[in-house]
Amino acid sequence: MSAHEIANGQLPHEPEKATLEGRNKVLGFWLFLGAETVLFGTLFSAFLALRHNIGDGPKPSELFELPMVFAATMILLFSSLMSVFAVQAMHRNQVKPMLGWLLITIVLGLAFLGLEIYEFTNYVKEGHRMNTSAFSSSFYTLVGFHGAHVAFGVLWIGLLILQILKKGLTVVTAPKIYVSAIYWHFIDVVWVFIFTVVYLMGKVG
Amino acid sequence: MAAHAHKVKRYHGLLDWLTTVDHKKIGILYLLAGGLFFLVGGLEAILIRIQLIKPMNNFVGADTFNELITMHGTTMIFLAAMPLLFALMNAVIPLQIGARDVAFPFLNALGFWTFFFGGLLLNISWFAGNVPDAGWTSYVPLASPTYNSGHGVDYYVLGLQIAGIGTLLGGVNFMATIINMRAPGMSFMRMPMFAWTIFITSALIVFAFPVLTVGLVALMFDRLFQANFFETASGGSAVLWEHVFWVFGHPEVYILILPAFGVISEVVSTFARKRLFGYSSMVFATVLIAFLGFMVWAHHMFTTGLGPVANALFSIATMLIAVPTGVKVFNWLFTLWGGSIRFTAASMFAIGFIPTFVMGGVTGVMLAVAPADYQYHDTYFVVGHFHYVIVGGLVFSIFAGLHYWWPKMFGRMLNEWIGKLTFWTFFIGFHLTFFVQHFLGLLGMPRRVWTYLPNQGFDTMNLISTIGAFLMGVATIAFLVNVVVTSAKPRNAKADAWEDGRSLEWSIPSPPPEYNFKQLPLVRGFDAWWKEKMEGHTEMTPAEPPGPIHMPSPSFLPLIMSIGLFIAGFGFMYDKLYLAIGGIAVTLFCMFLRSVFDDHGFHIEEEEQEKGVHA
Repeated sequence: MSAHEIANGQLPHEPEKATLEGRNKVLGFWLFLGAETVLFGTLFSAFLALRHNIGDGPKPSELFELPMVFAATMILLFSSLMSVFAVQAMHRNQVKPMLGWLLITIVLGLAFLGLEIYEFTNYVKEGHRMNTSAFSSSFYTLVGFHGAHVAFGVLWIGLLILQILKKGLTVVTAPKIYVSAIYWHFIDVVWVFIFTVVYLMGKVG
Repeated sequence: MAAHAHKVKRYHGLLDWLTTVDHKKIGILYLLAGGLFFLVGGLEAILIRIQLIKPMNNFVGADTFNELITMHGTTMIFLAAMPLLFALMNAVIPLQIGARDVAFPFLNALGFWTFFFGGLLLNISWFAGNVPDAGWTSYVPLASPTYNSGHGVDYYVLGLQIAGIGTLLGGVNFMATIINMRAPGMSFMRMPMFAWTIFITSALIVFAFPVLTVGLVALMFDRLFQANFFETASGGSAVLWEHVFWVFGHPEVYILILPAFGVISEVVSTFARKRLFGYSSMVFATVLIAFLGFMVWAHHMFTTGLGPVANALFSIATMLIAVPTGVKVFNWLFTLWGGSIRFTAASMFAIGFIPTFVMGGVTGVMLAVAPADYQYHDTYFVVGHFHYVIVGGLVFSIFAGLHYWWPKMFGRMLNEWIGKLTFWTFFIGFHLTFFVQHFLGLLGMPRRVWTYLPNQGFDTMNLISTIGAFLMGVATIAFLVNVVVTSAKPRNAKADAWEDGRSLEWSIPSPPPEYNFKQLPLVRGFDAWWKEKMEGHTEMTPAEPPGPIHMPSPSFLPLIMSIGLFIAGFGFMYDKLYLAIGGIAVTLFCMFLRSVFDDHGFHIEEEEQEKGVHA
């Protein structure tokens, strides 16, 4: 059954997996996240190898402000929870609540990005720049890659909200919502590792 | 259903090729582009060998020599070998598993175009006068901005980054295709061996290529934004690059060779007219090689100074790989044993592959002995070894696969006589070139040197090696002549072109119609098509009634997205921020269009299905 053949009929249960295209999309996206895991794994390895080489720059324990980072962590975790509610609403075929949850998701994502930008500008003022040391280079690359993923996710989910408003929830749009939610959880998980490996270990190490 | 038949703009001629999302056409595009880069890389190899034909030669300068070896290695691995494999997998995999296309036809086209423009970017360096010259491994600090201040290595970094996107997309796509789109009845353990090896190779691509991506990003940040990943003066680590490169680089070797194993399994089994011996052990060996392939990267770094414990562990892990590889070699031999073998050009390449690859494997085990490696490291012994594996293994199998599947791809049989001439000239030329290099290495000739002094015992063997290289050039020309001669002949290949076909691709016309299977076949066992033939059937049992077939629409977007990345590459390299942002904006805008406008595709109605199909 191809996607548009049942697009106009009754929306099936678990619409994201109702068509072969949808199932391919979900599976392909999981595989892509496998690749993303390796990508972040390598960035983490590089960071762990270089994090003690701070050169003349500030120490991580002086630099990091845990309360703010903790706030950012909570914001992102809650945002991930909101996307769970969105997918649950989708499974109940409730389009408006789904859009509401998605909107809260990206608002929280934007708040996280705002905090991160504020944090980075502070660091630069304190002499922690891309070219300061091996620690700073690997820090900005790892955390920056994550931030870029959040930014892309915000744009993506924002675009999906507009699409749902225009096209409604169909077997074509449902897989998009579903994979964007998986993506959002993934960058949340990556952040949990960043919080632990970069910030907590930076404070105690 | 038919009420939904959408009118879709279909293109013809060149525009058809620029917009196609059909895996068979994308396979041909990969073949053309990969073949083109193979010729470029081959020309570079010939120039290298001319320079080394006699001691103290001055045919090319030392700088040019460094550029030649760098571009030869990079081009051959990333732009020739892998695309030629992608050509075979695109042409064959959906047919072998009984699918109408890959899981993501659009991404398939995007993968091709990003590879092509990445390769183009890398090779434009020859015209820009800034050619990468830090070796295909691009080790730091040689490749760092301090010692390589021109744009040469930037071309390497950005070209490979863009081409790498294409490869990663291909890996995800073929994994999803093989998991989700097998024909009814085709369980994993009924898949042809080539499909299995491509499945495992795709998994290797998915888990290895992102490592290269990060390595290239780090090197790019060091070079463009003064980051300090590999700058030891600022706390960076040069050994980190070696680790990152080889954590990617060693699985890459298996990304190249596993599909070769698959091709050889198909060709040997078809032309021995026997079921592949030890199929399940072949599958297991493939998976095991892939698994072990991830934990042996440091055998490229025995002389880096990781210490005796690390060296011993990586040494043993490396030797372990010889076990599943040996399983494969014996399975091929036992498949041939007692078979009624047909010596076609394809089967000669496959049979020639077996002893050649075994020699490459044996020198591999020699190199795995860490203490002995201190002697072999960075000598021509290593050059001999990896050319035995990559040329003697991979290129032989690509030739075998091309001769074997040519009728399926183009509907015409390649000329057997020229094919055999190709085989003999290539086989003899290959061994002439690389066999002596082992001894050159043992005598102490270092690799990557521009020239050498006379009377060290290097002179004669270098001369022999160069003569062999020319012979391989002759073989390549013979193959090209074969292609031209064949394309002038009528398109009359039979569906089961070799009459002994075993897998599903031989049950449909050559070349197949754009929807591949009019009705998806029902697979009732391993060697599905052979099984039906043995029971006296002339076609596969259908698994569905005939009906309109849904197809994806052609699209310009993959091409434009890749051009966007290509432009952004130049922007980054030459510090033109507007170009970088503009190029990426083009790509993102195409992604936006792709997301917003649904692709409804179109239907081929039953009455149109026979149109233009050759029986």
